[in-house]
Amino acid sequence: MNVSVKFCGIEFPNPTVLASGYLGVTGASLASCAKAGAGGATSKTLFMEERPGHPNPSVLQFPGGLINAVGLCGEGIKNARHEFEKYKELAPENPLVGSVGGKTVDEFIECAEIMASYPVDMLELNFSCPNVEGEMGRPIACDPQMTAKATKAIRKVTKKPISVKLSPNVPDIALIAKEAEENGADAITAVNTMGPGMLIDPYARRPILANKVGGVSGYALKPIALKAVYDIYNAVKIPIIATGGIVTGRDALEMLMAGGTLLGIGSSLMYNDMQAFEIILDKIREFMKEEGFEDISELVGLAHET
Amino acid sequence: MSLPLPLKVIRITQDSPVLKTYVFAHNLRAKPGQFVMVWLPGVDEVPMSVGWQTEQECHLGIANAGDCTAKIHERVKVGDRLGIRGPYGNPFTFQGCSKIVLVGGGYGTPPILNLAQQTVSAGIETIVLLGARNKEYLLYEKQFESLKTDLRVATDDGSKGHKGFVTDLLEKELEKGGIDCVYTCGPEKMMVKVAEMAEDYGVESQVSLERHMKCGFGICGQCCMDDSGIRLCKEGPVLAGSRALKHTEFGKYRRAASGKMEKI
Repeated sequence: MNVSVKFCGIEFPNPTVLASGYLGVTGASLASCAKAGAGGATSKTLFMEERPGHPNPSVLQFPGGLINAVGLCGEGIKNARHEFEKYKELAPENPLVGSVGGKTVDEFIECAEIMASYPVDMLELNFSCPNVEGEMGRPIACDPQMTAKATKAIRKVTKKPISVKLSPNVPDIALIAKEAEENGADAITAVNTMGPGMLIDPYARRPILANKVGGVSGYALKPIALKAVYDIYNAVKIPIIATGGIVTGRDALEMLMAGGTLLGIGSSLMYNDMQAFEIILDKIREFMKEEGFEDISELVGLAHET
Repeated sequence: MSLPLPLKVIRITQDSPVLKTYVFAHNLRAKPGQFVMVWLPGVDEVPMSVGWQTEQECHLGIANAGDCTAKIHERVKVGDRLGIRGPYGNPFTFQGCSKIVLVGGGYGTPPILNLAQQTVSAGIETIVLLGARNKEYLLYEKQFESLKTDLRVATDDGSKGHKGFVTDLLEKELEKGGIDCVYTCGPEKMMVKVAEMAEDYGVESQVSLERHMKCGFGICGQCCMDDSGIRLCKEGPVLAGSRALKHTEFGKYRRAASGKMEKI
């Protein structure tokens, strides 16, 4: 039985990939996920400048999952080369995806160019963080024309594969995925967190997150993410990194069948800790064995055939 | 669940020039060495080791050591609330020990006090060594005495107890022998010394470290240590001294809120 995945020409030993924003501050932390079973890992989104992110509370668990407004903290892309080198030293077999951000398209281009010079296998363009709107305005991925323009410009500065990370907070995500594809994206990462949402503490009489609002993920996001992946799969030919509320192995199977080729794993870490990758992979293997699948690629998009 | 519990401060005591103890009428049921995230609404939320605990009360010894803790000192009065999330993290363990040494340095002393409560009630012979710059900064001597621990102190200026480092006192105890484990919380360079000294004498040690934390429950990656990548909020804050010593950053650097390395 084969669970390895060839994605944009890159060999992933299995379809699970640590999603951006989780355990991604340091190279050693990213590598610890590979050691725990992740097929690959995605760094935190890096910008040109060093960013402390929002004050705490910035990550909270609630009954529907997680809400976060970490605020894209990062040491600044020029300071971060050593993290990627450390990852490659510690986890040479597991592909690394470098996530880049930018307050403007120009900054995106600059960051992508630097990231592409680092030992990463692929770039992910974070067009869709919902918790920095006050600072950066509406995410690029909320606008088809902006997505087209930014993808096209970044495509010109690197030959490495690029995946465009989309937002679920749009009326027609498939349309935006199509724009990314037509302008040179090699893959789509779907989806970022939804909302933003809010939690209030009645005793403090104020929102709990220091940023007041934050992106919602986990259980609450899963059906939304699943439908987004399903719609994108129908609309484009490029492969999808499906992410958003994959907690259990069953969630992973659903995402594969909706059309995901790789699986971005994040909130599962909250429920299953570092065993998340193995738990998900064990279930996929068990299902394939029970149902007579030889190769994991047979599962991708299966829900579209009925 | 990780939402902050809004707890009213029922008492505040000034226990050193830089540290105030905030008391809550709440049975937190934290194991010694575990921490909570303390939220001052409108300002920030910071990790804090749990101090003295009973079924009726929990105490947080909060040193004025940063922007958030400075504002807690300035603003929070009896009757006000702080948001408390947790307890989180890996605690001190003492199963199978019969004689131990606890080393508290400066405002690292609160979790050492909580540990002493537990080890004394478990019938373990508990030697407590406290270090501070001068006698004003020595913490919780009365509480340690009330627990009937074997207490000794060291001050940098000799204003009380041994003049010099608390690790001088530790070396004497290790020379005498019969120690099963050494536990410490305090300035990181001191803890490096404690862990190395224990290792030199073939004695196990446990150290309680501090890093910048955001989530507190092991997903954000802010407190990960090089090179293992372990999450200090989950695999720590208490680590075996031998394990801590394998980390290149122990006693040398930590990560700022951005993730950038900063010297310790």
